[in-house]
Amino acid sequence: MLLHNLMQWMADTEWSVGLHESRYAYSIIESVHVWTLCLFVGFAVFLDLRLLGVTLKRVPITQITERLLPWTKVAFVLMVVSGLLLFFAIPLRTYHNVFFRLKAVLLILAALNAWVFHNGSMYRRLAEWDDAAGTPRAAKIAGAASLALWVAIIFSGRMIAYNWFDCDKPEPALVDLVAGCVR
Amino acid sequence: MLLPYFQALEAGPIGEAIRQSTWLFPFIEAFHLVGLAVIGGAVLLVDFRLLGLGLKRQPVAELARDAQPWVIGGLLFMIASGFLLFLAESIKCYYSFAFWTKMTALALAILFTFTVRRRVTLADEARVGPFWMRIVGATSILLWSTVGWGGRWIGFS
Repeated sequence: MLLHNLMQWMADTEWSVGLHESRYAYSIIESVHVWTLCLFVGFAVFLDLRLLGVTLKRVPITQITERLLPWTKVAFVLMVVSGLLLFFAIPLRTYHNVFFRLKAVLLILAALNAWVFHNGSMYRRLAEWDDAAGTPRAAKIAGAASLALWVAIIFSGRMIAYNWFDCDKPEPALVDLVAGCVR
Repeated sequence: MLLPYFQALEAGPIGEAIRQSTWLFPFIEAFHLVGLAVIGGAVLLVDFRLLGLGLKRQPVAELARDAQPWVIGGLLFMIASGFLLFLAESIKCYYSFAFWTKMTALALAILFTFTVRRRVTLADEARVGPFWMRIVGATSILLWSTVGWGGRWIGFS
C-alpha cells in the first residue's frame, strides 16, 4: 500500500505526466532501450555462448570479460536508465503489471547467476581453462542459465506493454494477488 | 501500385490467425527481439573490432568467421518472425514511413554486409588499414541501427 501510494504520487508528478504524454520522448527512450538491448544482451549472449563452448572458441574467456564486459556494463547503465524512465512515465500501472513484476524477479535471478559465476571457484581457476575450447560443466550451466534468463526477461519486458491483467478490471484472485491490486 | 498485394497479404489466413489471437502477435514480437539481441551482438562484436574496440587481440577475420553463422542465422530468424508480424498488419505497414525506412535500410545493410564488409573483414588487415576498417564498422552500425529504429517505430505509428 505504501509503494502503491508512492507510485500514485509519482504518476501525478509533472515530469511523469509530461513523459507519458510526450509526442517523441517516450518513443525515443523506448528505442534507446531496444538499441542498447543489442549491445547489452547481445554481448552477454556471446559470453554465454562462449561459456557453452559453442562459438568464439579461440577467444580466451578473459579477453571477453576484460574487453567486452566494460561495454556490457556501459550498456547496462543505459538499459537501466532508459528502463527507469519508461517506468517513470507510467509508474502506477507498471508497478501493478504482472509482467513487470515477473521481469523484476527474473532480473534479480540473472544478477544472482552472474554474481555466482564471477565469484565462484571455477572463475578463480579461470586461468586453467581460459584458452580451452571446451569449458567446465559449471561454466556451461552458468551460460545456459544466463541465456534462458535473458530470453525470459526479453519476453516479460515486451509483454509489459500489453495490459492483459490490469487492476482496473475484474481479475481472478491469483492475478489480483500477484499484481498487488488495491481494490 | 503495391497496395493490392499488401491487402491480399493482410487478408491471408496467417495474418488473420495472428490478429485473432491475443498472444500470438506479442509472442512473435518477443521472439523477434530475442533474435535482435543475437544478430545485434554478432554484428556489433565485429563492428566494434573494426572500430578498434572490444576484442582487439583477435584477428578481424577470425571474429568475422565466428560471428558469420550467427549473423546469417539471426537474419533468417528475423526475416521469418518479421514476416509473420508483417502479415498481421500489412496495410498499416504500407502506409508507414517507418516501415519503408526500415526496408530500405535493411536492403542496404544486407547488401553492405555481404559485399563490402565481408571483403574487408576477411581481407589482410595490413592492406585495408585502420581508417577504412573504422569507416566500414561505423557504416555497418549506422545501417543496422536504422533497421532497428525503423522497426521499433513501426509500432509507434
